[in-house]
Amino acid sequence: MSAPQTLSVRNLSIMFGGVHAVEDVSFDVNPGEVLAIIGPNGAGKSTIFNLISRLYEPSNGSIRYGDADLLALSPHQIVATGIARTFQNIELFEQTTVLQNLLIGRHRHMSANVFTNFAFLPGVRKSELEHRRKVEDIIDLLEIAQYRDERIADLSYGARKNVELARALCAEPSLLLLDEPASGLNTEETDDVGFWLEDIKHDLGVTLVMIEHDMNLVGQVADRVLAINEGKVLACGTPDEIRDNKAVQAAYLGVSQ
Amino acid sequence: MLQVNDIIHLAVTGLAQGCAYGLIALGFVLIYKATEVVNFAHGEFMMLGAFAVLAWSEFLGGSFWPAFVLGCLSIGVVGYLIDAQIMRRIIGQSSASIFIMTVAFGFIFRSLAGMIWGWKTLFLSTPFGGKIEIADGLSIGVDRVAIIVATVLLCGVLYLFFSRTRYGIAMQAASQNQLAAYYMGIPVKRLVSITWAIGAMIAAAAGALLAPITMVDTTIGFLGIKALAGAIVGGFGSIPGALLGCLLIGIVEPFADYFVPEIKGVSAYIVMLVVLFIRPQGLISQTFEKKV
Amino acid sequence: MQILFKTRYEDDIGFLVKTGEKVRVGMVLAFLFAAPLFLQTYYLSELSLLLVYAIAGIGLMILTGYTGQVSFGHAAFLGIGAYCHAILISHGVPFTVSVVATMILCGLVGMALGRSASKMHGFYLAIATLAFLILVETLLGEWVSMTNGYAGFAVPGMKILGASLGKAWQQYYVNLFFILLVIVGAANLFRSPTGRAFLAVRDSELSARSLGVNVEWVKIQSFGVSAAITGLAGVLLAHQLSYLSPEVFGVLESLKLMLMIVVGGLGSILGAVFGAILISVLPIVISFLKDVLPPAVGQQPGLEPLLFGVIIVLFIVLEPLGIYGRWMKIRYFFETFPYYRKSSFVRQKSYLKTERLR
Repeated sequence: MSAPQTLSVRNLSIMFGGVHAVEDVSFDVNPGEVLAIIGPNGAGKSTIFNLISRLYEPSNGSIRYGDADLLALSPHQIVATGIARTFQNIELFEQTTVLQNLLIGRHRHMSANVFTNFAFLPGVRKSELEHRRKVEDIIDLLEIAQYRDERIADLSYGARKNVELARALCAEPSLLLLDEPASGLNTEETDDVGFWLEDIKHDLGVTLVMIEHDMNLVGQVADRVLAINEGKVLACGTPDEIRDNKAVQAAYLGVSQ
Repeated sequence: MLQVNDIIHLAVTGLAQGCAYGLIALGFVLIYKATEVVNFAHGEFMMLGAFAVLAWSEFLGGSFWPAFVLGCLSIGVVGYLIDAQIMRRIIGQSSASIFIMTVAFGFIFRSLAGMIWGWKTLFLSTPFGGKIEIADGLSIGVDRVAIIVATVLLCGVLYLFFSRTRYGIAMQAASQNQLAAYYMGIPVKRLVSITWAIGAMIAAAAGALLAPITMVDTTIGFLGIKALAGAIVGGFGSIPGALLGCLLIGIVEPFADYFVPEIKGVSAYIVMLVVLFIRPQGLISQTFEKKV
Repeated sequence: MQILFKTRYEDDIGFLVKTGEKVRVGMVLAFLFAAPLFLQTYYLSELSLLLVYAIAGIGLMILTGYTGQVSFGHAAFLGIGAYCHAILISHGVPFTVSVVATMILCGLVGMALGRSASKMHGFYLAIATLAFLILVETLLGEWVSMTNGYAGFAVPGMKILGASLGKAWQQYYVNLFFILLVIVGAANLFRSPTGRAFLAVRDSELSARSLGVNVEWVKIQSFGVSAAITGLAGVLLAHQLSYLSPEVFGVLESLKLMLMIVVGGLGSILGAVFGAILISVLPIVISFLKDVLPPAVGQQPGLEPLLFGVIIVLFIVLEPLGIYGRWMKIRYFFETFPYYRKSSFVRQKSYLKTERLR
């Protein structure tokens, strides 16, 4: 696993047909910390993630992860810098098994040569077994062994959430972007997610950035919170500071200032 | 050497041909916008339309306009039934299956038409005989003018239908968000079937109008593929884009056939492949990206 | 129900882990190897043709069933393969060299098509491949100096390493060799990173990308592999037909390939083979129907495409998983008897895949 580095976002902006979805956003994510991004729906939180994973082209600004300039990379090269992500509306490979999903998660560590793969040379077999071993570690960590051979299409929502998290972890990221890891989960499952995030942070040493609406979860795991509204940064600080921030309260509750 | 008159003649021929493609494209873009299904069998609706008008006009003893209306309505019923009985059942299957399904429809229609009406080329008599003299030595067939006029008329009617009538606005709503439209009490299923019927009727009208030029036989449905090519050149997501692309293809074709006779009939596809290679989203693009 | 206790990771990688599978495949192989001993020449060459179509089916299955890229133009690769090989060997190029060269050519053409396809989605691709097919068919017909145009091209007999292999049983074994090679290779592909990347692109380009899969390159690769295998089928088909003509490789042939993989069952190699069996049995059914049906219907030239169309529609509506899916259900029924639950195979459907932004 590569060592965590600092993600620095500077003056990031993007327009969607005249609307500033993200406007002049700057923040840093320090190695080893958990940063939560909060904000009302449509504030531009997911857009920031999509900008970092290069799905959208920013109109302005820079994104760097350590020494790497992310804007110079293609979307599929992002994971090689150590950044993996999950999606808000679960994007799993529906028609394949959980195991296959997790193995695709390890794609960045594999060499996919058509000819050696077609012949399935001994070297390919050896590396398959090695990757399988690593995948099993993640399966143990997130307790999804019972689903291993199920197809995603047959899984419940909660299980899918877990599998998606597991798949992102299989890429052995040093920075993990989680888009609403607890949305749609019941209290018990949300508690589990809280524990797992702690584990991921402490045991695997992964830096976490998560978009989350559940303030209890945010308070439990986040070191710092970034509050966003209408594409702009409202405030950044510890969970308690953010909770007491007038501007954040106004954005959420609609209190006039 | 090409004279000015020849150029105008080729251009007008092409314009009429482009309008014919446009009429077919109009139908499947409507269906596409309502259901995200691309109907590869739309050319076959056109072919069936020509046959149906022919059959009605024989039945009625040669009068064109009643046969035209009845023929279009019959194909409209076919379109409605296709959606209500078959397409509705396979919603949610992979888009590959759905394409293949509509291609299969095309083959079924063609075989059936051949079995019912025979494989020989037939002639449909229309009131659009004769030529219009424009200038000295330059004349244009009334049949071609009829196609251009019909295209303009139908576009106007459809525009009014979608912007002014209750049904039209409901269809627009359903195409934006089917679920939300359903919750608002719009009978989405029936509307989709009606959209199919409208698309099929437009195609049938195109078939009947084209009949004096292409004649009527089972292979004229292949025009549908050229119309698809035209729609792609223009950009599939919007009706103006699709029409424009079809006009472009229609105008390029007679010139290409004139200058490079070896590739007669396939210039449309070459244009399409070139456009797709340079601008995969078509000339007038429309964003269709999945939200994340 | 037979439960397989897996004790090693190898059990997930290996082929034919269950005893039942070993027995079934062994029986099929034994039948195939012994077939020339007891089949008449006519049936043997039918079986030979079946193997060729199965290879073509696997080629298309890799692209459409596993990578999710619909191609209505695969008959073009069959045509390019057949013509290229026939032209090469008629100029005295040895069989083995010609096969490799043909596969490389088809692969390259496929990759070129794939490169333009990698930017398109869904039906754009379907139409572009259809246009490609029409262009190739026109080219084969118009390039008279090379292909002899619509007059047709006589394929020289098969000669491998100096030995003439013109007899039906000899060609049969050549075909058998190639299909076993292709099946094992394709199966290998899908238990290794390359094949998994194909699946990833099929199911979600978005997350494939975020996991480091180069989606464009995967599509190009998939087109290349698929075209090369289909080209190989073209080579064998040339020997099977022994006389080539452009209109053989038209839209109807493409529909036939599509029918094979859809009816066989999208997303399984076995499905392509099942599809090929169906395709081979259909002409027998059709000739039977011609005798039974009233001449007004039975003697019509449109009967074959009509049946193709109807079969596709029925399968997509009634059994979307194809013959392969039905076969799985039947097996499951017997393995779990009497505890079979119909709902085991009920799947969620996804409605309206693209969320429209505008």
